[in-house]
Amino acid sequence: MIPLSWYLIVAALLFVIGFYGALSRRNAIAILMSIELMLNAVNINFLAFWRYLTPEDMAGQVFAIIAITVAAAEAAVGLALVIAIYRSRDTVSVDEVDLLKG
Amino acid sequence: MVMRVVFVVVSLFTLVMAFMVVSHPTLFSSALYLVATFLGVAGLYVLLEADFLAVVQVMIYVGAVSILIIFAIMLSRGMMGKRTSSHNRQAKWVALASLLLAILLLYFITVLMRWPAVQAGPVPAGAIQMLGQDLVGRYVVPFEVASVLLLVALVGAIVLAREREI
Amino acid sequence: MSESVRSILWLIPLLPFLAFVAIVLFTNQNKKVSAGVEIGAMSLSWLISWLAVIIAIWNPHQIVEHPLILSFPWFPAGQTVYQGGMIIDIPSAAMLIMVPSLITLISIYSIGYMEGDPRYSRFFAYMALFATGMLGLVIADNLLMFFIFWEIMGLCSYLLIGFWFEKKSAYQAGLKAFLTTRIGDVILMAGMVMLYAYSGSLTFREIFSAANLEHLASLQLAVPIAGSVPVAVVLAVLIFWGAIGKSAQFPLHVWLPDAMEGPTPVSALIHAATMVSAGVFLVLRTFPLFYVVAEGNNGAMHFVAFIGTFTALFAASIAVAQFDIKRVLAYSTISQLGYMFAALGIGAYYAAIFHLLMHSFFKALLFLASGSVIHGLEHAHHHLEHEGHHEELWLPFDPNDMRFMGGLLRKMPVTAWTFIAGGLSLSGFPLLFSGFWSKDAILGSAWSTEHLVVFWTLATAAFFTAFYTTRQICMSFCGKPRTAMAAHANESPGTMTTPLVLIAIAAVAGGWFGIPKSFPAIGRLVNDPFHHFIAPYMMFLHLEAAPEPFYVGPLLVSFSVVLGGIFFGWLIYGWRPMKAGDPDPLEQPLGPLWTILNHKYWLDELYSATVIAFAIWLAKALALFDKVVIDGIVNGVGYLARVVARWLHSFFDGVIIEGIVNGVATISNWFGQWMRQIQTGQVQNYLFAILLTLVILLGADLFII
Repeated sequence: MIPLSWYLIVAALLFVIGFYGALSRRNAIAILMSIELMLNAVNINFLAFWRYLTPEDMAGQVFAIIAITVAAAEAAVGLALVIAIYRSRDTVSVDEVDLLKG
Repeated sequence: MVMRVVFVVVSLFTLVMAFMVVSHPTLFSSALYLVATFLGVAGLYVLLEADFLAVVQVMIYVGAVSILIIFAIMLSRGMMGKRTSSHNRQAKWVALASLLLAILLLYFITVLMRWPAVQAGPVPAGAIQMLGQDLVGRYVVPFEVASVLLLVALVGAIVLAREREI
Repeated sequence: MSESVRSILWLIPLLPFLAFVAIVLFTNQNKKVSAGVEIGAMSLSWLISWLAVIIAIWNPHQIVEHPLILSFPWFPAGQTVYQGGMIIDIPSAAMLIMVPSLITLISIYSIGYMEGDPRYSRFFAYMALFATGMLGLVIADNLLMFFIFWEIMGLCSYLLIGFWFEKKSAYQAGLKAFLTTRIGDVILMAGMVMLYAYSGSLTFREIFSAANLEHLASLQLAVPIAGSVPVAVVLAVLIFWGAIGKSAQFPLHVWLPDAMEGPTPVSALIHAATMVSAGVFLVLRTFPLFYVVAEGNNGAMHFVAFIGTFTALFAASIAVAQFDIKRVLAYSTISQLGYMFAALGIGAYYAAIFHLLMHSFFKALLFLASGSVIHGLEHAHHHLEHEGHHEELWLPFDPNDMRFMGGLLRKMPVTAWTFIAGGLSLSGFPLLFSGFWSKDAILGSAWSTEHLVVFWTLATAAFFTAFYTTRQICMSFCGKPRTAMAAHANESPGTMTTPLVLIAIAAVAGGWFGIPKSFPAIGRLVNDPFHHFIAPYMMFLHLEAAPEPFYVGPLLVSFSVVLGGIFFGWLIYGWRPMKAGDPDPLEQPLGPLWTILNHKYWLDELYSATVIAFAIWLAKALALFDKVVIDGIVNGVGYLARVVARWLHSFFDGVIIEGIVNGVATISNWFGQWMRQIQTGQVQNYLFAILLTLVILLGADLFII
């Protein structure tokens, strides 16, 4: 049997990888992809805890599904935003989008 | 023992693919690695005996989200071609910090945290039925909220991505 | 009845005060209404006072045992609460017979006298305030309230003496009165404070409880020069100094003659009838303090007797050589007040209070009548001026000077006859007039208690009194008019003559209530009601209350000095009346003595040369000190402050403070410029900051904490 911590280790590494991507990639779409990785890491955790702690209670699965739903919605809106930015500024590079500059 | 080997193989595949997603300079390749990563995650779900979720993972991520991303890449194609680098200037520092974070998390998970030495019990037989009943029973409110969220995201995405006629 | 009167006692002083407030605030534009308000309030006050008086007369024994006391907690004093209060007992009831009646009548008289004065309303406002002071003083049941009302009177006296402040002499007289009485008041206050310190109370009834008096009498106090003296004596002397100031006794008498600068009703009311007798009343009130120490070594009583007796003769002698009709009366007042103190000094409580009341009536009458004379002369003067008879006017014009009068008996009959009635009372014309009875009571007491020095001095003073009164009457009213004014003078209006007649009746007949029972023939007729009224209180004070037996000696002396005085007066001034421009017939024969008397023994000059000169020298010296030392210090401090301020301005403020302020601004600006670089506008940079924070916090959480 696989120990619980192994899943947690995988999820943590996946999350850190996604975090790295979100912070280091230039392309907005690549950032979105990295965020998807992080969300997947979360889902792994949900399911791992469900499986090892409360297999009779479906709460873990339910929240995994809702997380997937949110991720899908996020992807849709995020990509729409990317396209909108591309249209208005002719770029999808986030380091050229600096309207927040002080 | 076999399970562990399978787990390690699937995990390594997933992590490597994920690493390729964030490190590969070509966006399109990244998207393809992403598909592979999603598949790896689905494999992990299978190992966790969450069959329904594994199927959902394949359908939504591998199917829908990946297609959506590739579609977006296509729409904005050519805009990255002139760039010398796919990563920004802080990438090195982010990598270092991320490594530190990973070490901290691993340290926390493996050394500090005393996990209950639980043996995963058997998954109940009617797990999928239970899930369905819970979704429209105990968790109907989050379920409905999620559906509204999807609707809003749908409308929002159309509004945002639509060509301005004016 | 007595309960309801007790409960409204506070209205007696309050009503005039309300009138004062009303006149000052509301009615001062309307002269008639102002006068009406004052007289109305006084009438009500008079009514309440007389209710109290009637209760007291009805049953004096009852009132002595259970006086009407209206007490209220006034203010917290240390651990106790100081009780204020009002009391109707025999002395205050006796005063209430006279005070409100005279104030009311004199107010009515003032309607006519003050006619045409630009500050008519103000006059009545002051009168009302004065009435508050006098009535409050009379019914105060403790020394502190007494003193406060006493000072209110002092203020009103000052204001009213200087009422015509355009005249330099008038405001100077006001100042003189105020400052002179101040000396007495300060000493009185010292006595008051000491009394409170020794007995813990200022309420008369408590101070004069047998135990407290015994305590005060037995306690000895080391006094410079005099040695060891009972506290009671020290207190009595200190309190008596207040009376000396207020009642214008030697040596503080100098203010009263000058106070005649005020309007005549003021002289009549304040400086003859009421305020000056308040000094006597003070001694009457605090008499147990004077009396408690045995006769032999009681310096206080000797002091009172000496001051009173001396002043009686001293002032009477000055009055002989004065020409100002009011000044003669002023010295006469001083002299008569001296009589009262002399009576008190020999323990003749009854005689003093009797003479106090009688004197108030006839002296008020004399002043009012003289005011009427002055009024008539002034009007005649104005009249003549209008007609253009300038050559007939005798300049400088002074309507007070008796040398400018003469023959007014025919011109102003009511005024003249009332004046004569008052004058005969003052002289003590035997049997018929009140002054005779009250003066006789004093002389009889002096005789019976074997104070022969006092007796003979007072008898001499009585001779002078009769003499100068006759002189005054003859100079003013007899013979032919010596000036055009006197020839053209007319009788005063009814508002003035009516009070004159009323007071004249009281002044003449008042004495009949005090005819001693032992007097041959008429003694039995009236049964001496006044003595019956006072006697219970004297017994309460453990004084000898039995009526004096009849002595032929003092009666004969009294008869002879009075009739002798009147005879000599008439011989010198009435037999051959003065002609216009004549010197006084006494001037030649008396020679230098006349000069001394005419200049009032040069006491004013003496005071000017000593006390006042010293005070002015001291003031100048202090002013010089002030100018050189204090100003020097002040200016030095100011200069130093300027120097410091300039240094602070140029160096501290300019360099350090501005440096700090500008530095803070510069640093903020520089820091802001530096910090804004962090705000790249790139979300990933921000997220990196979050990542770093996360790493640091997590690391800290895991390893450090």
